[in-house]
Amino acid sequence: MIRDFSLIWQSADRLLDGLINTVLLSLVGAVLALALGALLAIPLMASNPVLRLVSRGFVDLMRCVPFLMLTYLVYYGLPRLGLRFDNWTAGLVAIVVYNTAYMAEIIRGIWSRLERETIEAAVAFGFHGWRLVSRIILPQIVLAAGPMIGNQLIQIIKDTAFLTIIAVPELTHAANSIQAQYFIPFATFITAVLLYWALCMLVEVGVYAVERIAEKRR
Amino acid sequence: MTLNAFLSLLNGAGVTISVSLAGIALGVPFGLALALLRWQRVPLLAPLATVYVSLLRSTPAVTLCLLIFFALPVIGIEIDALSAAVATLALNTAAFNCEIWRSGLMNFSRDQIEAARTFGMSGPLTFRRIIFPQLWRTCLPSLVNEMTLLIKSSTAIAVIGVAEITRAAIRIGAQTYDPLPPMLVATGIYIVLVLVFVGLQRFTERVYGHAGGAA
Repeated sequence: MIRDFSLIWQSADRLLDGLINTVLLSLVGAVLALALGALLAIPLMASNPVLRLVSRGFVDLMRCVPFLMLTYLVYYGLPRLGLRFDNWTAGLVAIVVYNTAYMAEIIRGIWSRLERETIEAAVAFGFHGWRLVSRIILPQIVLAAGPMIGNQLIQIIKDTAFLTIIAVPELTHAANSIQAQYFIPFATFITAVLLYWALCMLVEVGVYAVERIAEKRR
Repeated sequence: MTLNAFLSLLNGAGVTISVSLAGIALGVPFGLALALLRWQRVPLLAPLATVYVSLLRSTPAVTLCLLIFFALPVIGIEIDALSAAVATLALNTAAFNCEIWRSGLMNFSRDQIEAARTFGMSGPLTFRRIIFPQLWRTCLPSLVNEMTLLIKSSTAIAVIGVAEITRAAIRIGAQTYDPLPPMLVATGIYIVLVLVFVGLQRFTERVYGHAGGAA
């Protein structure tokens, strides 16, 4: 067993590459999905019924489709329509499209529970339009959404493992190629699992820090 | 897409459903056992259960599936792909089910437990007669919600070659050089499956109370 782990230590650079790709895909994916989700939350909250129906339809569709299925649709299905991505980009596109729906739903949930009073007070103080959104509404949403966005980020980190199936060189893919080369599956996958655990712990520590800030601002 | 292709997708749906149900049947009681260990603060086993839940909740289903399928034979346990698939889903969902059962146990009224003890009921008897009949009703909506998530993560077992819906769609796509139609049909099947569980969740919520999350 010790010999197995020393073999893994020798291939540490490959695992590290995988880890970096996992982190990169998760972070870039989460940030883009959050930005697009914030935009999508606007039609979700719109008074226009057509806008609301279309955006709600997209969100509910994404919540019913398994992530791997969407990845396949992006990777194998879209080239039929003339959109061709390499595996890495296809993976990122799938993460962003999928999680935009989840982020939008998180933001909508908090938005609809936002207190009217603070917004009315802000309007009375002369805030309106973008300044109202960026100075009054968004900070409240971000602080309240912290734990939920953190949970979603953990979900994204776990979902990136699916991308091994379309040969994106992320952590699980790296682990799988190392175990296939040396035939030491136990040690490699345990190492991968522990690395995922560490990543998720980091996210939880981050969420805790945001919660502390939110508590102070109250 | 031919009728044959459609039939093999339906066959895949059968595999997805049976593997998921087997995972649920094993994972829900295992989750309850873990929750009881933590709730009773059993020495040695309770901290182990805590670590298990934390570890499994952050392990991707794909990675867990590969670990079980490739690593168990190395330590002398022969396992076929289908059993590895069921084990993956069961071990994964048990960690989430443990948290659901545990929150139900934590919110259980202390008065009733103390009353049962006053009447001379033993611990196990109190659990069987007093706690469990109420506990499963409060936990059911959340458990069904977790089952919906399990259906979606069951695609992970395609990685070890189990011929479930996703795998069937890929194979048909590779044979016909036209991946879009089988994938859209497969997506449709998943949507139907998930909607059945969402309907079930709404039903249990109406009958037994409210769940925490959403699908």
